[in-house]
Amino acid sequence: MQQDIPGTTVFDGEQAQKGLALNRMCFSFNSAENRAAFLTDEDAYCRQYGLNDEQRAAVKSRSVLKMIEAGGNVYYLAKLAGIFGLNVQDIGAQQTGMSVEAFKSKLLSAGA
Amino acid sequence: MATIVGGIGTTHVPSIGKAIAEGKQNDPYWKPFFKGFDYVHYWLARTKPDVAVVFYNDHGLNFFLDKLPTFAVGATAEYRSADEGWGIPVSRPIPGDADLSWHLINALVADEFDVTMCQEMLIDHAVTIPMALIWPGAASSAKPWPVKIVPIEINTVQHPLPSLARCLKLGRSIGRALESYQRDLRVVVVGTGGLSHQLDGARAGFVNKEFDALCLDKIVAEPETLTRYSIHDLVQLSGSQGVEFLNWMAMRGTLTGRVSELNRNYHIPVSNTAAATVVYDNQKAAERKAA
Repeated sequence: MQQDIPGTTVFDGEQAQKGLALNRMCFSFNSAENRAAFLTDEDAYCRQYGLNDEQRAAVKSRSVLKMIEAGGNVYYLAKLAGIFGLNVQDIGAQQTGMSVEAFKSKLLSAGA
Repeated sequence: MATIVGGIGTTHVPSIGKAIAEGKQNDPYWKPFFKGFDYVHYWLARTKPDVAVVFYNDHGLNFFLDKLPTFAVGATAEYRSADEGWGIPVSRPIPGDADLSWHLINALVADEFDVTMCQEMLIDHAVTIPMALIWPGAASSAKPWPVKIVPIEINTVQHPLPSLARCLKLGRSIGRALESYQRDLRVVVVGTGGLSHQLDGARAGFVNKEFDALCLDKIVAEPETLTRYSIHDLVQLSGSQGVEFLNWMAMRGTLTGRVSELNRNYHIPVSNTAAATVVYDNQKAAERKAA
């Protein structure tokens, strides 16, 4: 049995099955038209993609950690984050409970 | 006969595309990263490759989780990019060498690498950003691209991922196939992504300078020693997305001559990532004798 890696969810078969609907919705956000449709009526858009209650709640909360728990993969979730103008440093800060500035400083000091 | 002139390794962080679009190459944040490409440009001006074989990983532009290949080879005369959802500029199309693609596909399947063959394949930032870094200005120029490409996609998203050993072997198989190709082409092989980084989870922002240094040291002359790391080890030591190092191992595998590191630049951070830029020489036995 492999040891868990703290703070890390390996996107394996179990996660992939769990997250298919959520990731499929995020995949649709490659299209500007779909991003606009999501913003116009988020509930309807999530229903259309068959998100389960956990996924719907996670999206509503905007919490990336909750979306990962619900089977989301970060490559796809990044497209959803993009709708709200958030980049990977913003979501890094959110997931680690830091301010964006503190998160960026942490990276800078890792290189020093 | 085709000649493999060498290999290039580079990261493909999306924000680089934005920095290029905004002309920020000399900003204090970006300069230490971009200056790592000066040598790449100098070396390319001397080696003048015709074709770039590019190992990369798709981030949910061309492939979705409904049908996800482990290894996919592009086989068309033109590769388009498209909107990836978060606003980096879309590159103009890049020409492909379809004849070489099919030669590689035939050789790979004969060698028991049962790859997915793609006559339609959108290339994402993991191809277009390295192309913009390696051939600056080419994406926005009206002139033809200086090279054609053969993009080879490796799954780094859906576990189980192929092992480091498997990717090294894939590269070796492609190296042999390139050398048996009858056209007189000069080929550069590019591995994109990495090095250590993690975007997801409470460990987001993880980088590992020591492990990156070890990978960069070992990959040159003894890449086999890195195959002792499982994918699980790689995630642990290099971060969830540090596994993109698989693309580098495949690139290294193609270099069948005496390999030496001509240049290395390593910089933290580019966004959340420890970025490395390398150039490897691939000197053949015949050239060594002549020299």
